[in-house]
Amino acid sequence: MAQVAYAGASRIYPGAHSVRAVDGLDLCAGDGEFLVLVGPSGSGKSTALRMAAGLEDVDEGTIAIGDRDVTQLPPKDRDIAMVFQSYALYPHMSVRENMAFSLKLRGMSKADVRVKVEEAADLLDLTQYLDRKPKALSGGQRQRVAMGRAIVREPSVFLMDEPLSNLDAKLRVETRANIAALQRRLATTTIYVTHDQVEAMTMGDRVAVLRDGVLQQCASPQELYGTPRNVFVAGFIGSPAMNLLTLPVDGGGVKLGELKVQLPVRAEQGEVTVGIRPESLSPVGAGEDGFDLQVQLVEELGADAYVHGTLAGHADKVVVRTDGRTPPKLGEAIRVAPCDTGEVHVFDPESGLRIGAE
Amino acid sequence: MTARTNRLGRGALTGLTWLVALLFVFPVIWMVVTSFKHEVDAATDPPTFAFTPTLEQFTTILDRGFLPYLANSAFVTGLSTLLVLLLGVPAAYALSLAPVKQTSNALGFFLSTKMLPIVAAIIPLYVISQNLGMLDNVWALIVLYAGMNLPLAVWMMRSFFLEVPTEMIEAARVDGAKLPTVLYRVVLPVVAPGIAATALICVIFAWTEFFYAVNLTAAQAGTVPVFLVGFITSEGLFWAQLSAAALLASLPVMIIGWVAQNHLVRGLSMGAVK
Ligand SMILES: Nc1ncnc2c1ncn2[C@@H]1O[C@H](COP(=O)(O)OP(=O)(O)OP(=O)(O)O)[C@@H](O)[C@H]1O
Ligand SMILES: [Mg+2]
Repeated sequence: MAQVAYAGASRIYPGAHSVRAVDGLDLCAGDGEFLVLVGPSGSGKSTALRMAAGLEDVDEGTIAIGDRDVTQLPPKDRDIAMVFQSYALYPHMSVRENMAFSLKLRGMSKADVRVKVEEAADLLDLTQYLDRKPKALSGGQRQRVAMGRAIVREPSVFLMDEPLSNLDAKLRVETRANIAALQRRLATTTIYVTHDQVEAMTMGDRVAVLRDGVLQQCASPQELYGTPRNVFVAGFIGSPAMNLLTLPVDGGGVKLGELKVQLPVRAEQGEVTVGIRPESLSPVGAGEDGFDLQVQLVEELGADAYVHGTLAGHADKVVVRTDGRTPPKLGEAIRVAPCDTGEVHVFDPESGLRIGAE
Repeated sequence: MTARTNRLGRGALTGLTWLVALLFVFPVIWMVVTSFKHEVDAATDPPTFAFTPTLEQFTTILDRGFLPYLANSAFVTGLSTLLVLLLGVPAAYALSLAPVKQTSNALGFFLSTKMLPIVAAIIPLYVISQNLGMLDNVWALIVLYAGMNLPLAVWMMRSFFLEVPTEMIEAARVDGAKLPTVLYRVVLPVVAPGIAATALICVIFAWTEFFYAVNLTAAQAGTVPVFLVGFITSEGLFWAQLSAAALLASLPVMIIGWVAQNHLVRGLSMGAVK
């Protein structure tokens, strides 16, 4: 068991336009923690993970696993196991051989290897497939073999790069729960890369949000949702995304259409970016305080419906969550108000940083 | 499309396939048939299928000293192919899975060696062989055949190596394998069909090579193709004898091809089936 600590770690791909794929990353996954790296495509998640694995050079800074500086060590000396997005199983070996490969290389005795592999197979429900080749397995079973190959090693760190992205939606939900439970049981430090924020929010003890190789925020899922540190995190976490409107400040508040919304914090700026989640808005009766929304699109999801519309006299789109049983019609105008002013986020439009409450 | 037209279409396609296959295989069949004829039956016009089969031609050929030529061919083909694999596998690995800045130049260089027609090189090669005392020597052929097949083999094997998923190699490295282990336990088993296919092609090319052999060898190091031309004489063609000799000459390649068939098909279609 060990922690993984990135200290100012960068990976710069050389070339005419050198790419800072990971830029000065300071991040620590605590002992036994499940840390999720999330971010849009190309944000450097895989690169960061591969740096910890030793598959990618660390051009600046260091990476430590436990109390060892592993920056210069090859993968095999880092005591890590990795699960790849493509699973990367050895196609010419049976499931048993796939799982046994690393143990054999370590010189473990045949009998011990057998015991370990069978234990892992049992844990992952793979016992009946032990003698099959990977090509005779379903996607979900292959995924479990990849997990099995990682856990037989009893490494001090698991590194997983989008291990569920090749599974169908239902299996993904199931496997998500299984991996999370397994990790809790083994209490092995895990860094898990995903671009799926539901995975990030449901699995992670903490979630680190990356953008263009730069760490934006690393916090618990609740904190990330409740107090995003900047506009990017605010817009990235949550689905549908938070409504972000840049509005002039007038007497400690902003005007959303006819509605004056008091800001929860004092803003020095002339303009602020106000963030309100779709679920913090709701339709109100025609006479009540609120602003009018011209309905342009209604997404009905069953229990809820998301209404997309434009604010009268404003180009910005606003999304509102409404009751799925009585969704408004296209082209209608509805009156909307925030449920609670406490759920209004305020950001500096220049820097994008959250204003107030640290 | 209805099931019926579908079946009709498929029937037509099968028929067409048979037709094309027969077209290709007919000369071979004719060669086999002719080799069992007496010379007089072979020369009839129109050709006849009604004849008394005989092994006479084969015994004549063996009497004329076919076996040493066969041995030379086997030796040269085997060793040159081995040499190609020994040099080509590491080269293909380096040029595909461990590329450096000059990789594409190296590949271009390999290809460029095939651009000179061998006719243009034969006189210098002859002179060099003569100076080295290597005329009519199997080792000269081995080196030349290896050189002739190497570029093709490297290009072919490179394309197979490129199919190897990098993540699989990385997985092996994370699993604790060093480079030789990665190569022998993970990469080579995966590309084995491709290597087999490449080897087979090298064997075929070396076995059927004529130009170097006829110019650089004589009685000592002559290969089967050189032996075959011996039947084209000023008195005319001996069809039956020539057919028998040709049959014996192509038999080894056919057998190897037959044995390697499964590998070959898998190797050549490896890119298609993911
Ligand atoms: N070999 C390379 N050479 C140059 N740039 C690279 C290389 N590999 C990756 N990059 C760049 O580094 C950045 C980060 O890539 P990375 O694969 O880590 O993204 P990611 O967050 O994992 O994205 P995804 O969600 O699509 O997997 C990207 O901008 C990518 O273009
Ligand atoms: Mg990635």
